[in-house]
Amino acid sequence: MGNKTALYDQHLACGAKMVDFSGWDMPIHYGSQIQEHKSVRENVGVFDVSHMTVVDVSGQEAKTYLQYLLANDVDKLTTLGKALYTAMLNPQGGVIDDLIVYRRIDGYRLVVNCATREKDLQWMRQQAQAFSVSLIERPDLAILAIQGPQAIQKIKMLCPQHQAAIEALKLFQGTDLGEWFIARTGYTGEDGVELMLPNVEVSAFWQRLMESGVAPIGLGARDTLRLEAGMNLYGADMNESISPLEANMAWTIAWEPQSRDFIGKQALLDEKTKGLKYKLVGLVLEAKCVLRAHQRVLVSGVGEGEITSGTFSPTLGYSIALARVPFATQGHVEVEIRDKLFPVKVVQPPFVRNGKKVFDL
Amino acid sequence: MSEFPVELKFLPSHEWVRVEGDVVTVGISDHAQEALGDLVFVQLPDVGAELHASDEAGVVESVKAASDIYSPVSGVVIAVNDDLEEAPELVNRDPYHDGWIFKIKMEDPTELDDLLSASAYQAQLAEEED
Repeated sequence: MGNKTALYDQHLACGAKMVDFSGWDMPIHYGSQIQEHKSVRENVGVFDVSHMTVVDVSGQEAKTYLQYLLANDVDKLTTLGKALYTAMLNPQGGVIDDLIVYRRIDGYRLVVNCATREKDLQWMRQQAQAFSVSLIERPDLAILAIQGPQAIQKIKMLCPQHQAAIEALKLFQGTDLGEWFIARTGYTGEDGVELMLPNVEVSAFWQRLMESGVAPIGLGARDTLRLEAGMNLYGADMNESISPLEANMAWTIAWEPQSRDFIGKQALLDEKTKGLKYKLVGLVLEAKCVLRAHQRVLVSGVGEGEITSGTFSPTLGYSIALARVPFATQGHVEVEIRDKLFPVKVVQPPFVRNGKKVFDL
Repeated sequence: MSEFPVELKFLPSHEWVRVEGDVVTVGISDHAQEALGDLVFVQLPDVGAELHASDEAGVVESVKAASDIYSPVSGVVIAVNDDLEEAPELVNRDPYHDGWIFKIKMEDPTELDDLLSASAYQAQLAEEED
């Protein structure tokens, strides 16, 4: 018996198969994870992601604190509601977590992963001691992700009083709607929003979503969607001993202004000077087999690597993966699956955009 | 709730068997398809392949995991369900009929005595859950 979100009973009512996810009872699917994946790519679906951790950061030195704590620079959040994706590094340059931070009227809101909750909060509180800042976790909030080409349309229809505000939302931007907070962010590669609302209100809103024809989507489809979109999963594609530079996250590091110091900066600079040993690439397998985490990747004449995340791509009809491979890797490599070698193609993620394949085979 | 059709026999490894004369049809149980989730690939045996009881006959693969299919009896494969190449989800949707995997012409019908009845298979699953 694990933790339950406020939607636990709703999930059961929708026919969910519940599984343990880092100590939480969460829906893996509601019948068919492949159907759910397709619903998000073609129409609209809703995920309960209330198991994730919301932390509000406020106080006089909130900005300075976050500029030190995070590898990306919150100074970029020049307007209210603007958001960015960032790594939180340890002094060795390893990734403690990846997260999104939104600028709000009284400070900043961070959404961090579920599995890393305790570790992240402990680290953040420890670092906060040197700053005039307060951290408040928000377990009173539920989080829904409503994603798909019809998502914005659907939300506008369900919240007609907020139509203008929703229409005005740019990508990676959020806004307060009374006690609710809505942002144009997501983990699927589709258009859509993430909505934070009080636990006491989420069941009623979920039911309205169901009644309006929005499909409930489980964690199984969440993983196939994010992998198609080339998005990392913490714990699989990177962890505390992996640098963001070796996890396809170099673009999230704000090197300018050079005067900004942040935790892990020196370690990353040292790594750049020495030269990167590994990189994270996309792999595509056209044989009738599924690529899976930890399978060996063999790069002839160069060395070996490992798959970090692998799955079947319902949109493409074959298997895709992210793999950590030697920096010099390119072209064709082989993956070892159950003692057989399969040739795979190395591609730059994402694999799918706007419901279509984006790479060249 | 999984289904356990009484006219079928089962392997502990979750294959089912329908006997018609000296030909048996083989698939995987409702419990197995439910545990695997949506199937994405099915590797079928070759028509004409000679198998012994317990030989690996093929593979079913879902997003979650790959699982070997074992032959319940010895004999020659006389047919395979080609529909599963394009529609592996037939196994999930209708594991005991449209989701059949292969047919084998038995060499030794006494091998059927080694298989589990539907209720014995169901009891085995109940035990595994404890």
